[in-house]
Amino acid sequence: MHIVVFVKQVPGTDNVKMDPETGVMIRTGKDVIINPLDENALTEAIKIKNSRSDVKVTAISMGPPSAERALKEAIAMGADAGILVSGREFAGSDTIATGKALAAAVRKAGDVDLIICGERATDGETGQTAVMVANYLGIPGETYVSSIEVKDSSVIVKRTVERGFERVEIAYPVLVSVNKDINEIGMPTLKGKLKAKTVPIASYDASGLGIDSTEVGLNGSPTRVVKVFSPKLSRDTIMKRADGTTQPVEELMSFLISKECI
Amino acid sequence: MSTYVNASVKKEHDLSQYKGVCVLGEQKDGQLLPVTFELIARGRTLADDLGCKLSCILLGDEIQEIEQVFHRGADRILFVKAPELQNFLPRPYQNAIVKLIQEEKPEIVIAAATTTGRTVMPLVAAKLNAGLTADCTSLTIDPDTKLLLQTRPAIGGNIMATIKTPQHRPQMATVRPRSSKPLPLDCNRTGELIIKEYENATFLTPEKFLEFIKDTTQTVSIEDAEIIVSGGKGMKNAEGFKMVEQLADLLGAGVGATRDAVELGWTTYPHQIGLSGKTVAPKLYIALGLSGKIAHLAGMQTSEVIIAVNKDPDAQIFKVADFAIVGDVFEVVPMMIQAIKQHKEKAKAETCALSS
Ligand SMILES: Cc1cc2nc3c(=O)[nH]c(=O)nc-3n(C[C@H](O)[C@H](O)[C@H](O)COP(=O)(O)OP(=O)(O)OC[C@H]3O[C@@H](n4cnc5c(N)ncnc54)[C@H](O)[C@@H]3O)c2cc1C
Repeated sequence: MHIVVFVKQVPGTDNVKMDPETGVMIRTGKDVIINPLDENALTEAIKIKNSRSDVKVTAISMGPPSAERALKEAIAMGADAGILVSGREFAGSDTIATGKALAAAVRKAGDVDLIICGERATDGETGQTAVMVANYLGIPGETYVSSIEVKDSSVIVKRTVERGFERVEIAYPVLVSVNKDINEIGMPTLKGKLKAKTVPIASYDASGLGIDSTEVGLNGSPTRVVKVFSPKLSRDTIMKRADGTTQPVEELMSFLISKECI
Repeated sequence: MSTYVNASVKKEHDLSQYKGVCVLGEQKDGQLLPVTFELIARGRTLADDLGCKLSCILLGDEIQEIEQVFHRGADRILFVKAPELQNFLPRPYQNAIVKLIQEEKPEIVIAAATTTGRTVMPLVAAKLNAGLTADCTSLTIDPDTKLLLQTRPAIGGNIMATIKTPQHRPQMATVRPRSSKPLPLDCNRTGELIIKEYENATFLTPEKFLEFIKDTTQTVSIEDAEIIVSGGKGMKNAEGFKMVEQLADLLGAGVGATRDAVELGWTTYPHQIGLSGKTVAPKLYIALGLSGKIAHLAGMQTSEVIIAVNKDPDAQIFKVADFAIVGDVFEVVPMMIQAIKQHKEKAKAETCALSS
């Protein structure tokens, strides 16, 4: 069984800059982490690997050359191989263009039975890319998954939806995107860390993946950011300063009563 | 083990062929979900601005009181009817919607950012090579170009980005549930009901729906609460956060939290309010020790009355607050708890006085 996991490097803080002209995120490479939900995805893949004898796990990341570090970390956590998708032509890719590139990278990885990814990344927060990859591979994509039961020719997933859960069974190959309820994120192992030092990371640009460079990057992206701005948020605020007395709270109470809130 | 089908991508689009606005309604067990009417309200404005018809796409087997869709503002219903569509499965839903869009060629397709909308819309967009913007807070028509302007909070906490899809059709977006109100019911409105029956092959899938299990563990549904008391990192620790719960308890309110508070484990994810959590619009929202970053505001700024307590006079939450107290939550909140207790005592005394 071959499992692919997508890992994305995301900023470790909220203080990300955007190019005011193009609206494209400026990635500095400093203070980056693996997207937390991708770590859940990876942990789940490793769990499946440890429960069976025939499992290989490949991690795939798209990003700048420095995203190789995320793949090394994935191997340290127990993945067997890493594929990096990197090249200037990918810059400015929206979810459609990213989906195409990742799908092409999965094909490079060979026959795949199960793709596990995080439901969304903390930077873009769209949650669209994974399902788009499923489309480009022509395989089903299941979202919001909080448990995966691996069987010989299918998986049974539990999806967290509004007001409850759905259980769905899908024959391989299938892509699932997971939420944080699926597991507790695992840790790198000593063995894994040693392996990460020796396993080479394959890296492909668009031509290496056999995709036309007009299919990716800004050229391959249907959506355009036309404006970024700070929103105007304003209400007429009554401001009181806490002064050790109960006066401000009393005024608050009168306000709430006048608004029929309490 | 597997062979992949390389999804074909149509490159050329004759943009002028695409006309009309569609919204993707939702049903569960044959009942229309409220989010359908919210989407119709949004779609109505767009269709009126463009001077075109508003259609509501529905997928399912039997749907009760389907004419409500007209009463709430849609001109047409496009109902893909099949037993296979009774429950949501990504593949059959994707295929049905793709087929429908290819037949109808709408200019704009809007869905809710629910688990259904957020799953099927990317599948549809990818198949049609159309642009899709997730979680929009505002959708308007550009008066000059007539393009759909899709605005969503962007990375970095405090920025909004406006996105458009100049060369691809349809222009697609998802919007947060509860971010708009349904139009008032107009029982005299009617419309055109079009039932689409597609061949079985449309619904073929390796997916099998097994069951739906109702969640009975979540006691406070903050989406339905009249009052929400929310806490952020300023509550210091799990112990401090208990004060948020205590105040909520006293007010019969739901407990909300920022992402930071959830990530620190002070409460659980179902309580998270904001861009990656829930969108709420209660009558009263009390924000305690939270800064009011855009990603949080995205989930609560349409609340009717907003109260905030924060020790930083420049905290952004104050900008959306109706009443603000600059001060330490550990000083102010206990006073609030005390004052509300007294208020309740007094109210109780008054009712007793009345009845005696
Ligand atoms: C893509 C994306 C999605 C996100 N989604 C969400 C989301 O869904 N929900 C969400 O909430 N956040 C979300 N965030 C995170 C968001 O940007 C902020 O980081 C987060 O909301 C901050 O939480 P906070 O207000 O609790 O913490 P902080 O920003 O650290 O604010 C703490 C506040 O407490 C005040 N304070 C401290 N001590 C006291 C005291 N003793 N008394 C009174 N006040 C005190 C401080 O002055 C400060 O204003 C998202 C971020 C990104 C990038």
